[in-house]
Amino acid sequence: MHSIPGRRIILSLFLIFLLLPIYWLVNMSFKTNGEIVSTMTLWPHKPTIANYMHIFTDESWYSGYINSLKYVAINTVISISFALPAAYAFSRYRFLGDKHLFFWLLSNRMAPPAVYALPFFNLYSAIGLFDTPWAVALAHCLFNVPLAVWILEGFVSSVPREIDETAFLDGYSFPKFFVKILMPLIASGIGVAAFFCFMFSWVELLLARTLTSVDAKPISAVMTRTVSAAGMDWGLLAAAGVLTIIPGALVIWFVRNYIARGFALGRV
Amino acid sequence: MDKTVNQKAWLLVLPVFLIVAFSAILPLMTVVNYSVQDTFGNNQFFWNGLGWFKELLDPSTDLGSRFFASLWRNLLFSGIILAIEVPLGIVVALSMPRQGWGVAACLVILALPLLIPWNVVGTIWQIFGRPDIGLLGYVLNHMGFDYNYVSNDFDAWATVVVMDVWHWTSLVTLLCYAGLKSIPDAYYQAAQIDGASRWAVFKAIQLPKLHRVLLIAVLLRFMDSFMIYTEPFVVTGGGPGNSTTFISIELVKIALGQFDLGKAAALSLVYNLIIIIVCWVFYTVMTNAGADRQANKGVA
Amino acid sequence: MARIDLVDLAHSYGGPAAPEDSFALKPVSMTWRQGGAYALLGPSGCGKTTLLNLISGIVAPTTGKILFDGVDVTSLTTRERNIAQVFQFPVIYDTMTVGQNLAFPLKNRGVPRAQIDARVAEIAGLLDLEPYLRRKATRLTADAKQKISLGRGLVRSDVAAVLFDEPLTVIDPHLKWELRSKLKALHRALDLTMIYVTHDQTEALTFAETVVVMHDGRVVQAGTPEELFDKPMHTFVGYFIGSPGMNIMPAEVKGREARINGHVIALNRSYDSLPVGAKIEIGVRPEFVNVAMPAPGLLSAQIDRIDDLGRARFARLRVGDVKFAARVPVGFAVPADQVGLIFDTSHVHVYADSHLVEGAP
Repeated sequence: MHSIPGRRIILSLFLIFLLLPIYWLVNMSFKTNGEIVSTMTLWPHKPTIANYMHIFTDESWYSGYINSLKYVAINTVISISFALPAAYAFSRYRFLGDKHLFFWLLSNRMAPPAVYALPFFNLYSAIGLFDTPWAVALAHCLFNVPLAVWILEGFVSSVPREIDETAFLDGYSFPKFFVKILMPLIASGIGVAAFFCFMFSWVELLLARTLTSVDAKPISAVMTRTVSAAGMDWGLLAAAGVLTIIPGALVIWFVRNYIARGFALGRV
Repeated sequence: MDKTVNQKAWLLVLPVFLIVAFSAILPLMTVVNYSVQDTFGNNQFFWNGLGWFKELLDPSTDLGSRFFASLWRNLLFSGIILAIEVPLGIVVALSMPRQGWGVAACLVILALPLLIPWNVVGTIWQIFGRPDIGLLGYVLNHMGFDYNYVSNDFDAWATVVVMDVWHWTSLVTLLCYAGLKSIPDAYYQAAQIDGASRWAVFKAIQLPKLHRVLLIAVLLRFMDSFMIYTEPFVVTGGGPGNSTTFISIELVKIALGQFDLGKAAALSLVYNLIIIIVCWVFYTVMTNAGADRQANKGVA
Repeated sequence: MARIDLVDLAHSYGGPAAPEDSFALKPVSMTWRQGGAYALLGPSGCGKTTLLNLISGIVAPTTGKILFDGVDVTSLTTRERNIAQVFQFPVIYDTMTVGQNLAFPLKNRGVPRAQIDARVAEIAGLLDLEPYLRRKATRLTADAKQKISLGRGLVRSDVAAVLFDEPLTVIDPHLKWELRSKLKALHRALDLTMIYVTHDQTEALTFAETVVVMHDGRVVQAGTPEELFDKPMHTFVGYFIGSPGMNIMPAEVKGREARINGHVIALNRSYDSLPVGAKIEIGVRPEFVNVAMPAPGLLSAQIDRIDDLGRARFARLRVGDVKFAARVPVGFAVPADQVGLIFDTSHVHVYADSHLVEGAP
């Protein structure tokens, strides 16, 4: 009813444009290096899972995934649990410096990781967290905590104040009200915020690479190692790439019905 | 809805304040410290005053010329991708089905690029674009274009831009789609009855409702493109020559490549300042728009 | 301006294969006179909005045809049908001024500038919107916004009909009355066919010349407010219109007599050929039954309570198990438990399977 002419075509072309490079990556991951380099084939003629087997059997490879998931999980938990009370405060109260504080928080969401790479390196080395998942998780808090505050503030504001007042009149203490009443009401908001924290922590490389060396090396950093004496190991690189797409794809699949609302950040 | 004044709210905000301050202010102090000193190694530092800043802002020096070159490059890049991604994102959002199984399918495919680690985005396009093994490079070269992002400036730029469009247009689309979904059906029916053309519907109904999400989209896209690092770094390494060396790439080169801490720190501060200023402008515009809406509600 | 004919029109949201019982609008044929003021009245879910959307073309009928002045418009789009419609909630184009909002339907149809200005000024005058013409429409109150929506519906002089879908829902009660009289005045001033959907009988009865009552996807009666009151064609009309609604009681009817609990009520007309096996009821409005002291020969009833509506008092009663309402004559001292009922026999109707049966004189 409000469609635009040729919308199916536009949409299909765009979706193909999105999927084609990903298909190519998947395609390559099932090829041998010999096939990749020697001929141009639209699908693997001699399909192989050797690239994947290599990753699953080599500890330095699969521990990369585990390290990445570790700091992403830590970061998401920290970001949400710190952001919730703050979001409530920004949504409900006026206090000294609230607007400036909110802006300052937001401006950190926009901070370029490149600026922080070196000082973070010094800071976390000094306090002995270098090369642990904690260093990366805390570093990612720089942009994820402000983002979580911002998203959650939108959702808390959509909960009518009367609910708070009724709960307090009914004798709920603040912590009990927060956990028993407010959090279930903004459950979808918490989900959305967690989704974004996961997303931005999972995709970031610069800080994650700078703050780790051996023990906590994330998968994205491991992937930069595929250059060997024999040239690039394209098949292995592609397989590793495919494996990094899968967690994201899974997360999207689970939240697919909330994506639209999520991207509106509870504010439209 | 009026908020109550309550200074105790600071207690609720304190944890966030502390954790962000720990991550933002402490490192920034280190940066400020570096930016006014010089070192000849061995951890010996000398006071250098504003020397680094003078050098940075003077285009005749090596540092200054590199800074301005990467700044213009970055602004050009941000301008191009905004000019492509915002209209394209709106058009795709308008093309989305409103209901049915197609919606979930579209949303999942659209969101996919957003959740791919940035270096893998680089890897995908590196592989996709190579003339020898990549579908894109192979097809373009067989169509008679001499395409090679490793050796040709224009091709490198085009690749980085297309990659960013691929990576981030979905964000604009999803924001707009969320905005469009919030428009009640009655608006479309009324417009139909008023005889509005497709274009009039867009101008009179859809665009005004998208105003706010578009502001968010432009802000996010400008900021993220202004600090882009990983994707071009993986694909082009900043090359050929310096043609795709954006500010972040330049900064990392100076800081972690050359360990020129003073220069890097000065560049960091100026870089951060630019971002805070732009951020402030957007924030002001946005809160004003919000206040406007509040005022409207008040009258109604 | 046009006469609108509906021919066997029906709509099912489940498609043509769905059983007819589930149709949102069961097949209906009727004619809407040019220049008439109609109300479509019925409870929520009775199909009235579906019927409205079928006429405006927002919804396509499952079966049947719609004719405007004899021309089949069933396959035409809303735009081509040249209909105006006002929705339940105000629809305002946020970025435009009040004047631009009013001009929008004309501008879209390429009406010359001068004509637009003249017509917008006229409509703004009728709706008291003149002071706001240059203001942004978003900054106005809900009722002013709804006036703008009304104005956009009325601004085109050549529309086939103006449809209103419960347009006063969001309006404050004290302004409802004002806007309704305004609409009535506009109808007289502009000579437009108007169809007004509502579930509020007061709105329907005060606005319309002809009220179309719908129930469960069917048009059960179309008539003037007086006809609906005096002679409901369907027990639903009797019950839905009027406050309190019509009394409906199961009865045995034979010739000129109705028998209830062994009591005989005389009827004005003769009912000899009632359908066999049908559920027979009699219906009488509370206004046409008076309570009296219990007496032999009067149907007696148990008193539940007395409602004082100001203009009249009504007794809420119970005849056997059936609830019943009747008028309490002025100055009548109501006894504690039992009363007798006196019927105005000229207003007692007989229904077979809920439909009115015309008796023989």
